Amino acid sequence: MSAIEQRSFNMKSLEPKPSDFTSEVLARFAREVAKYPNDQKQSAVMACLSIVQQVNGLISPGDELFLSAYLDMSPMAVHEVSTFYNMYNLEPTGTYKINVCTNLPCQLRGGQNALDYLCKKLDIQVGETTKDGLFTLQPGECMGACADAPVLLVNDRNMCSFMSTEKMDQLIDGLKETVANGSKS
Amino acid sequence: MNAALNGLLSQFKATGVETCFHGRHIKPQILDGLNGSNWSIKDYEARGGYQALRKILGKDGGEGLTQDQVIATVKESGLRGRGGAGFPTGLKWSFMPRQFPGQKYLVCNSDEGEPGTCKDRDIMQFNPHTVIEGMAIAAYAMGISVGYNYIHGEIFATYERFEEALEQARAAGYLGANILGSNFSFQLHAAHGFGAYICGEETALLESLEGKKGQPRFKPPFPASYGLYGKPTTINNTETFAAVPWIIRNGGQAYLECGKPNNGGTKIFSVSGDVERPGNYEIPMGTPFSVLLELAGGVKGGRALKAVIPGGSSAPVLPANIMMDITMDYDSIAKAGSMLGSGAVIVLDETRCMVKSLLRLSYFYMHESCGQCTPCREGTGWLWRVVERIENGEGRESDLELLDNVAENIMGRTICALGDAAAMPVRGMIKHFRHEFEHHIAHKTCLVNATV
Repeated sequence: MSAIEQRSFNMKSLEPKPSDFTSEVLARFAREVAKYPNDQKQSAVMACLSIVQQVNGLISPGDELFLSAYLDMSPMAVHEVSTFYNMYNLEPTGTYKINVCTNLPCQLRGGQNALDYLCKKLDIQVGETTKDGLFTLQPGECMGACADAPVLLVNDRNMCSFMSTEKMDQLIDGLKETVANGSKS
Repeated sequence: MNAALNGLLSQFKATGVETCFHGRHIKPQILDGLNGSNWSIKDYEARGGYQALRKILGKDGGEGLTQDQVIATVKESGLRGRGGAGFPTGLKWSFMPRQFPGQKYLVCNSDEGEPGTCKDRDIMQFNPHTVIEGMAIAAYAMGISVGYNYIHGEIFATYERFEEALEQARAAGYLGANILGSNFSFQLHAAHGFGAYICGEETALLESLEGKKGQPRFKPPFPASYGLYGKPTTINNTETFAAVPWIIRNGGQAYLECGKPNNGGTKIFSVSGDVERPGNYEIPMGTPFSVLLELAGGVKGGRALKAVIPGGSSAPVLPANIMMDITMDYDSIAKAGSMLGSGAVIVLDETRCMVKSLLRLSYFYMHESCGQCTPCREGTGWLWRVVERIENGEGRESDLELLDNVAENIMGRTICALGDAAAMPVRGMIKHFRHEFEHHIAHKTCLVNATV
């Protein structure tokens, strides 16, 4: 089943499942909601979606439905947000999603070379996931760290700076090792 | 995240040693005395932090400053918006309807995604309290009780650092109800984006802060009358707020004298690309570009300078000979035909192909167009496709005219400035490096590879 078919299949059977989230995650949602006026819960949708992604690795239609009820907004309004912003994963990724910045300032300092190197090292094309499901490789737009080029993100929240080929080797080998030792982001 | 993974990833975290603590600033104010470990509130107070807030509230033994006095001081300083537009900050603050009876908001634009710009990240990572203090002063001056700092989604460590700093400031009584025992109350929160360049546009940012897709709004009405949740709102860039405490402590005149008339103070320039020491350099406005280039270690590998994009990727490129003659301030760069923008200086050496450089930028604008306005949505695609075929040896003789025509038909015909931002680099490149484009079209090869 392709990813798109999988998604429409999921849509048929979706229903909100608040029990999917631990009390710790629910507390994090509540903390975001508390930042905004009582009648503006929707403002917390950006942060809540990113928390869901951190916990589950992606945002499912069920998650969107849950958040729409939780934040008093329509399911489509949640979906508009999750599809508009580039960093939300609506499809499964590898255990580690790696985004390499290739914008001009980074390109001038080896950003594109870094992406090409990782393609070769992981034996995948840009946008693909390795067969073992460990790594997804994507290009990225400006991350606001141009002086640190080459720069990459691991699972959205971890920025890695000055990524020479030696450091990329160290990173990829290290990530493989942590998975082999039974840990996961 | 477990310890092993954390340990692994932490090795690759930026420390600021190369980009910020190089000791190569000139008369720094915002980045002065930082070392990466002295970001917390106690260190900030030891550097004179929160004295400006005490001063305006009359909690330093003095009489305090009225709202009008604070705004007058900022006007006197000549501080102009550091996010790109360079609008006079004091003037913007005076537009806020202070007597408006309902809720008003203050917003900090830390959605730093203009290619080449990486200053706000270092400010918030290594000196977050100066942003908090600057925002509190602004809130006092405009009678605002709630603020948000919207931070670029790609710099999560910095977002978490800022949240930690907010907790410290709340615990110390610099934020919250009745600050330092005065009747001034100000609540400040952090929010984040998640990968949309357009949210750096102030009204797109407001939409995003409201939990919507970030599509810019028509102006007018301007945020000062219809902003966040439809309420009067003032939005400034991170570096703008960060400059305010120094101005209040030392006076508007002293700040103005740091720079040059109409271009007060210091500015942090993010130098990237072909230099020996890419990084942030805080220097007085009006410093010659040649001095900035020297601070950044000169052109990489001792090669010759070819061109510079002086104000972030949206600013028109300028050739080396023009750059070496100008000073780094709003007026001087504007006179030379470009703009200071966010202060992102992208340096290109003699080995760089301008067609290829433009190709990457054109892809970026096409990718980041929000799709709301037809000229931008369609036009950015046209620009990219035409530049791509020129780069790949399939250019046609009429293509340069076509590029100019498409650029012309985007500019001024869109809701926000992204359309102009996509068109200006194209026009700048063709204006100054037309022969390279012509060579690509005529010979199907790159002029640079042939000669270097």
